[in-house]
Amino acid sequence: MAAITLEGVGKTYAGGVDALPSIDLNIADGEFVVLVGPSGCGKSTLLRMIAGLESVTRGTIRIGERVVNTVEPAERDIAMVFQNYALYPHMTVRQNLAYGLKNRKMAKDEIARRVDEAAKILEIGPYLDRKPKALSGGQRQRVAMGRAIVREPAAFLFDEPLSNLDAKLRVQMRGEIKQLQARLGTTSIYVTHDQLEAMTLAHRLVVLNAGRIEQVGTPLEVYRKPASTFVAAFIGSPAMSLLTAEAAGGVARLGDATLALPADVTAIGEVVLGLRPEDLTPVPAGTEGAIPMTVSYIEELGAQRLIHGQTAGQGIVCAVPSDVEVGASLAVLPSSGALHVFDAKSGRRVN
Amino acid sequence: MVENRPLLNILAHVVLILGVAIVAFPIYVAFIASTHGPTDFLSGLIPLGPGHNIVPTYKTMLTNGMASAGMPPLWLQMGNSLIMALSISIGKIAISIISAFAIVYFRFPGRSVAFWLIFVTLMMPVEVRILPTYKVVADLGMLNTYAGLTIPLIASATATFLFRQVFLTIPDELMEAARIDGAGPMKFFWDILLPMSRNNIAALFVILFIYGWNQYLWPLVVTTDTSHYTIVMGIKRMADVTDAQPQWNYIMATAILAMLPPVLVVIFMQKLFVKGLIETEK
Repeated sequence: MAAITLEGVGKTYAGGVDALPSIDLNIADGEFVVLVGPSGCGKSTLLRMIAGLESVTRGTIRIGERVVNTVEPAERDIAMVFQNYALYPHMTVRQNLAYGLKNRKMAKDEIARRVDEAAKILEIGPYLDRKPKALSGGQRQRVAMGRAIVREPAAFLFDEPLSNLDAKLRVQMRGEIKQLQARLGTTSIYVTHDQLEAMTLAHRLVVLNAGRIEQVGTPLEVYRKPASTFVAAFIGSPAMSLLTAEAAGGVARLGDATLALPADVTAIGEVVLGLRPEDLTPVPAGTEGAIPMTVSYIEELGAQRLIHGQTAGQGIVCAVPSDVEVGASLAVLPSSGALHVFDAKSGRRVN
Repeated sequence: MVENRPLLNILAHVVLILGVAIVAFPIYVAFIASTHGPTDFLSGLIPLGPGHNIVPTYKTMLTNGMASAGMPPLWLQMGNSLIMALSISIGKIAISIISAFAIVYFRFPGRSVAFWLIFVTLMMPVEVRILPTYKVVADLGMLNTYAGLTIPLIASATATFLFRQVFLTIPDELMEAARIDGAGPMKFFWDILLPMSRNNIAALFVILFIYGWNQYLWPLVVTTDTSHYTIVMGIKRMADVTDAQPQWNYIMATAILAMLPPVLVVIFMQKLFVKGLIETEK
């Protein structure tokens, strides 16, 4: 087990494409860090650089105290779980688990002990002598994790390991990965584009956008205080509504509505207001500080319903309990302290 | 397709049986001819029932050969053919799987040039380059040797190409997983790639064995010493008699024997062969 330190790590591909300009990140020993971002943001590239599957153009990567920039993947003391499992199809589950250890010239009884232990942790004991072909997706995923566990590495690297599973299994495996990591206490880096997976798993979230870190923080920090409009729109489901408004004298004008800005906002002129659907409550029309909206369509989610509508020509979403009747238009009131204010130009948070 | 049309079934079977008959009948005639005496086929009437000469004919051919034509016994010719077919198929597979491995998994200067050179040779059959190849083999003193018989036929663009395609279907993650598991390039090749291409190797072996066994022109060119004759070219030599009638019973017996090994290879490797051509279990 070890901490992982990235200092000014960057990657430029042969064609001159700058995938990652410069990343600084400290991952503490035993921490579960999730790299999240849309496809093409460089999160997988970063993970593969830490794994040693991709060369490092600049900066230094440390695992523990050791600089590993040019160290072979096998010698970095890491284990990786791939999206498509990457199990060796011609080997049994047992051979799959043991292969890496055998290559390290580990003693036979030690290999057997570790394989049995991993099989017990992951409950794959009954399948040890089957080939991957005879396993279901979830079982294969377990075997792939088993292959990582038996190595007892300094860090686990997960590259979107749940993307190939169906929705139900994904939720279950998500829980298992979280418990497993807590139990083993191994430093883990997990890459995903699924913000829900990121929120539920991470000790700390790293939101990446176009090769840059937008925000680092615990899931709740990122959810409650998104650092930019990008993070605001990316984290949270249903997504936050972002509305352009005119700020002056401590209030923001959004069409006919006037919203009081938080006291620490001094911005004047155009700002972007962020409102989470769950922070909006329907109120009688004309209530002070309420935003009038016309309803476009309603999504039923069972526990709640999402009202998609328009206000002052901009899209807005409001979540209401499923027993609330909705007409053609309504007024919604943001709960106090729920207003996120961003600079219109840079997209950075100002409150 | 689930269909129940008896008439169509009958028609399909008639066509199939006809097809089988057309293919099988000449072989049947060849076998019948090899069971009769040497003169039975010269009368103009071809017997369709088996004769009584089967044991002496095959015995003579296997042990003595057609001494009158200066031919060595058939077991020697079949042995030569077997050595040639095995060397060619094993050599081709070994060389092409390694070159495909290099082309797919390594980035080296001149990689695409190497690939295109291999690709271009696809268009050049043995017959086109037979004179220069003969010159090279002769200058190296390899006439009338097994090396001369097999080495010029071993390089194979087709097999390289086939293995390249097989390797390209193997996901990169497998190679990456192997790297993390501490397998170097050759270990990855032995432990992962080779077992995963097993079916393709088997399928290719069947094709190449038949290719090697049926080689005619090249052995004809490089062997003058009868002890290196292969059976396929031997058949031709036997039929080529001056001022006499060809001894059809012996020739046909040779043909039947020449057919046996490829048939056996196909029969015993059929399962793997089909698997290798259709299966994609990656």
